[in-house]
Amino acid sequence: MPVIDVRNLHKRYGAKVAVEDVSFAVEEGEIFGVLGPNGAGKTTTVECVEGLRTPDRGTVSVLGLDPRRDRTELTRRLGVQLQASELPDKMKVGEALELYASFYDRPADPGRLIEELGLADQHDTRFGRLSGGQKQRVSIALALVGDPEVAVLDELTTGLDPQARRDTWRLIEGVRDRGVTIVLVTHFMEEAERLCDRLAVIDAGRVVAVDTPAGLVSRVAPEQRVRFRPSVPLDDHLLKELPEVRNVTKTGGQVVVTGTDGLLQAVTSVLARNHVIAADLRVEQSSLDDAFVALTGRTID
Amino acid sequence: MLAKLTYLELKLFTREIITPVLVLLLPLALLLGFGYLPGGNKAQQALGGQTTPEYMAALGVGLTLTVLGLSILPATLAGYREKGVLRRMATTPVRPAYLLIAQLLLYVAAAFVSVALMIIAARVLFGTPVPERFPAFVGTVVLGIGALFGIGLVVAAVAPGAKAGNLIGMVLFFPSLFLGGVYIPREQMPSALRAVGDYTPLGATLKTMRDSWMGAEPHLAQLAIMAAYAVAAGLTAARLFRWE
Ligand SMILES: Nc1ncnc2c1ncn2[C@@H]1O[C@H](COP(=O)(O)OP(=O)(O)OP(=O)(O)O)[C@@H](O)[C@H]1O
Ligand SMILES: [Mg+2]
Repeated sequence: MPVIDVRNLHKRYGAKVAVEDVSFAVEEGEIFGVLGPNGAGKTTTVECVEGLRTPDRGTVSVLGLDPRRDRTELTRRLGVQLQASELPDKMKVGEALELYASFYDRPADPGRLIEELGLADQHDTRFGRLSGGQKQRVSIALALVGDPEVAVLDELTTGLDPQARRDTWRLIEGVRDRGVTIVLVTHFMEEAERLCDRLAVIDAGRVVAVDTPAGLVSRVAPEQRVRFRPSVPLDDHLLKELPEVRNVTKTGGQVVVTGTDGLLQAVTSVLARNHVIAADLRVEQSSLDDAFVALTGRTID
Repeated sequence: MLAKLTYLELKLFTREIITPVLVLLLPLALLLGFGYLPGGNKAQQALGGQTTPEYMAALGVGLTLTVLGLSILPATLAGYREKGVLRRMATTPVRPAYLLIAQLLLYVAAAFVSVALMIIAARVLFGTPVPERFPAFVGTVVLGIGALFGIGLVVAAVAPGAKAGNLIGMVLFFPSLFLGGVYIPREQMPSALRAVGDYTPLGATLKTMRDSWMGAEPHLAQLAIMAAYAVAAGLTAARLFRWE
């Protein structure tokens, strides 16, 4: 049985439809990503999972519980990081963690969490004086302080610098390795690709695809791209005649060739035969970014 | 857990610095400032037969209840909602209602500390007798807390954020002080104004406190109206309060 099962979820705010029809299932122990552009309905969806909002239609089950009816039981087993939520300005980081730990029967060790999230120096700092990234880390710590079986993290690393982002990814992988099932709402392709076992791509309140990151990429045409600077001017026809090549474009001194499998091999042998040296040679594979564009018809930002 | 929550709220309260000063020291300063005026320690017609220190002690308690109920309580709770503090708590096994309860416990305690402080200070510094009908006095304080805090909860329920909470609180705060007889003692008010003021939450609280302090029987109608405010406001707040 899946840990989280969402079926035909529909949610409106007045006349505005936030979630049209969303279904997905999250299996035990995986990191499940929810990816989509601004306003796609990601937060609304996970807030229905958390029991903070009541769906207008559809069913949600988490650990076999009904998020609204079995609220108390659910809060003991589900950790939540809200997209936007603060603490009183004058509350210190250590106090907040201790307080929230006291809400649970078997909490995680607040001291260790503070350590793991790189907040040791901020233990006695008031929340109002933390930087945005530090507040975010406190928020993550509070989501994990109840030692949950499932964690829902909305915009995990928004506002963090690249180093802190990487550290947080490592932390989340560590949490997953302890057997925690994780739902991750994100804007970042790199994050989705690095962390998620599977992803639901949501657009305009609908799921457009659920797959592994690699699976999503392979759905779009498996295209390859080769870029290089030829040592001497190059006749397009030499490349266009190759069966592997689909397209050739030149910008400045740079040539970009797109095509199918074996493209690199074909291009380099033609260049060698014609005594052309390729400088700055790079091969690019279609990425999750490309998949996202193909699925939703736009870039994520 | 509730104890821990209340203790932490107390710490946060004291870190505000200005609010504890306002709640506990301002009434004391008023007592000292006016209590030592010449002739203050004689019973005065203009103060309904009370001495100035006795009058000021009761007024100080009334002021404390009003600041706590109409200013601090709604601003804090509306701020907690605005910042998502209540919402975050709703994701834990502890209902955010406990935070509201912790806040109420804290301010009720602060109110009683202020009451004790005023009685003791007036007794020690001016020889003012402790309230003569003591049980009745405590009863009026409790009803006054119910009425003023109840109204504060309604403000907290309808105010979208801390700023609005403060603003609405202030709009109620100053007329309350005026009608309640804080700026001009009720004995010196025009009778029409006094008739209205006696039935405002603060006016009724202040009058019944002063009556029981002097050993007079508090008016039943005033006690009833305080209870009515408390119940009506409590029910309205319970109906309107939003956690997010
Ligand atoms: N409380 C609300 N009242 C009215 N409309 C809302 C409310 N919350 C969200 N919406 C609307 O519902 C839609 C979906 O919002 P939601 O917050 O779920 O999107 P999201 O995918 O999380 O976006 P983002 O990436 O910006 O966080 C948006 O158009 C938003 O304006
Ligand atoms: Mg969102």
